[in-house]
Amino acid sequence: MKKKKNLNFLTLILVIAAYAVVAFLLYSGGLKRQISNMLIPISVYIVLAVSLNLVVGLLGELSLGHAGFMSVGIFSGCLVSIALEPYLPMVARLPLCMIIGGLVAAFFGFLVGLPALRLKGDYLAIVTLACGEIIKNVITNLKLTGGALGLNTGSIYSAPKQLLPYAIVLVLLTTIVMMNLKNSKQGRAIMAIRDNRIAAESIGLNVTRFKLVVFMIAAFFAGAAGTLYGHFFANVKAASFDYNMSIEILVIVVLGGMGSVPGSIIAAIILVALPEAMRSFADYRMLLYAIVLILVMLARNSAGMKNLLERIKPTKLINRLAKKQVQEKEGA
Amino acid sequence: MLHFIQTLISGLSLGSIYALIALGYTMVYGIAKMLNFAHGDVIMIGAYAGIVTVMSLGLPPVIAIILSIVICAVLGMLIEFLAYKPLRSAPSLSVLITAIGVSYFLQNIALLIFGSQQRAYPTIADFPTYNIGGIQIDGITILTLAVTAVIMIALTLFINKTKLGKAMRAVSEDKAAASLMGISVNRTITMTFAIGSALAAFASIFYGMTYVYIKPTTGAMPGIKAFTAAVFGGIGSIPGAMLGGILLGLIEQFSKTYISTLWADAIVFGVLVVVLVVKPTGLLGKQMSEKV
Repeated sequence: MKKKKNLNFLTLILVIAAYAVVAFLLYSGGLKRQISNMLIPISVYIVLAVSLNLVVGLLGELSLGHAGFMSVGIFSGCLVSIALEPYLPMVARLPLCMIIGGLVAAFFGFLVGLPALRLKGDYLAIVTLACGEIIKNVITNLKLTGGALGLNTGSIYSAPKQLLPYAIVLVLLTTIVMMNLKNSKQGRAIMAIRDNRIAAESIGLNVTRFKLVVFMIAAFFAGAAGTLYGHFFANVKAASFDYNMSIEILVIVVLGGMGSVPGSIIAAIILVALPEAMRSFADYRMLLYAIVLILVMLARNSAGMKNLLERIKPTKLINRLAKKQVQEKEGA
Repeated sequence: MLHFIQTLISGLSLGSIYALIALGYTMVYGIAKMLNFAHGDVIMIGAYAGIVTVMSLGLPPVIAIILSIVICAVLGMLIEFLAYKPLRSAPSLSVLITAIGVSYFLQNIALLIFGSQQRAYPTIADFPTYNIGGIQIDGITILTLAVTAVIMIALTLFINKTKLGKAMRAVSEDKAAASLMGISVNRTITMTFAIGSALAAFASIFYGMTYVYIKPTTGAMPGIKAFTAAVFGGIGSIPGAMLGGILLGLIEQFSKTYISTLWADAIVFGVLVVVLVVKPTGLLGKQMSEKV
């Protein structure tokens, strides 16, 4: 337990240190434009991945509608932000709008979760997917949100330099909430539900309530991250936050390790930065994601793959070689 | 009234395609207890197989149809062997994520091979358009309805009368007991995947002939909607998949005609949510009790 807490602490320290270095470089002008443009997407994806990890890793349910909640956050937060733009400075407006975006997304999480969480496993995944598509469809068809052309967010657009402090706070907040939840009484209750729902129910845990709360927390952070992300563009379209994006977030969670916060952070950084760094690789990006998903699952669950991995582990190989040599010597 | 009948007929045609795809979902779910997310993409591969065999290789349509059925069936078995078989005893979350991975893999392989531009599905045969009392009916629509009906009757007979069909029902009922009775569970599951994917090939042919244009992402939407149909009818139940598919096709076509094309998808998915909340077992599904 103590070791775990140390790891959490270490992760936080590392995240803060990394941001301190990045912020110093950014504000002193020592960062290339290409890299400074990646900071906000990376932060947003970290928040999305960590919050989805709450649902997938901690609760053990598959949600394929995370991009939908993000989309709700983007449009509600940005609409409020556009309306308030002439009256409030950014320092007050952006945090307020992120909270509003988060709350609206959490409300949608409640609406979706209430019926969906009564279902289990595959059904839940399909219903969240369907709800994500419904959200996309509705936002694309509403006049208020700019229809298929997208919402013009030019008036609230901000450069990475202005947005970075808010991104840092959001990432730290998400990380702290997730880590604390994991080690709290409630977190253990959630994991108990994940490991054995019937047993958890029989000792008096209110399964639906716990699931709903987790779902809403995850939606809240997705929505808040969405509002931030909306300020990074001059135009946002609901169509780009579809099922594919939900899968992308899922890939980050699976690659980083389900239930692991540091894992999600590292995976988010790699998966966002890699396609940017290697343009020629972009065509193969999704193919690679697919292969990663399959291989990680096979490696985790299949006995044959586990044996294979054990065999090709470097330390094992060395041991085996050493043993062979000893045997040969003895034989001689 | 004419308008209504016209919508009804195109709804039935769309519904038959959904029903064919939904059968594949429901059979696999009934036996392997898993949601084969990649099923929709098998349809897309089947459609590309049709395009390549007719357009590039210049083979006659009959051979093209047979080839695309064979390719889909083999692909289904291959997917099962490589991705799902090692995960037989894994938690359902892992299997589902793997299935999503396979679906993405197929889409992106097709994207790399065929490019993102849409390709036209070849006209396998020319069908006249019939005009009955002012109602226009495509020959393809009639063919789709007729073939789907034949396939459904054949499948029902196969499941209920043949030895393999009985084995499939036994495995879906109780794997352990079935293997004690001398049924090879693994072989039965492989056969189910093959049959489901062969049905997907039929769906791909009708889809290609009706909607003509094929892209690497073509399979995803019909796949998800057909799964909705399978859940609607009661997953695991074969008559349920047929009923669900046809009802869903009708719902989609009627909302496109009478409400709005833009909202049709939202309405279809709304139906899924309502069905799952009101009756999670679907229209014809069985109530399953949980064992502790």
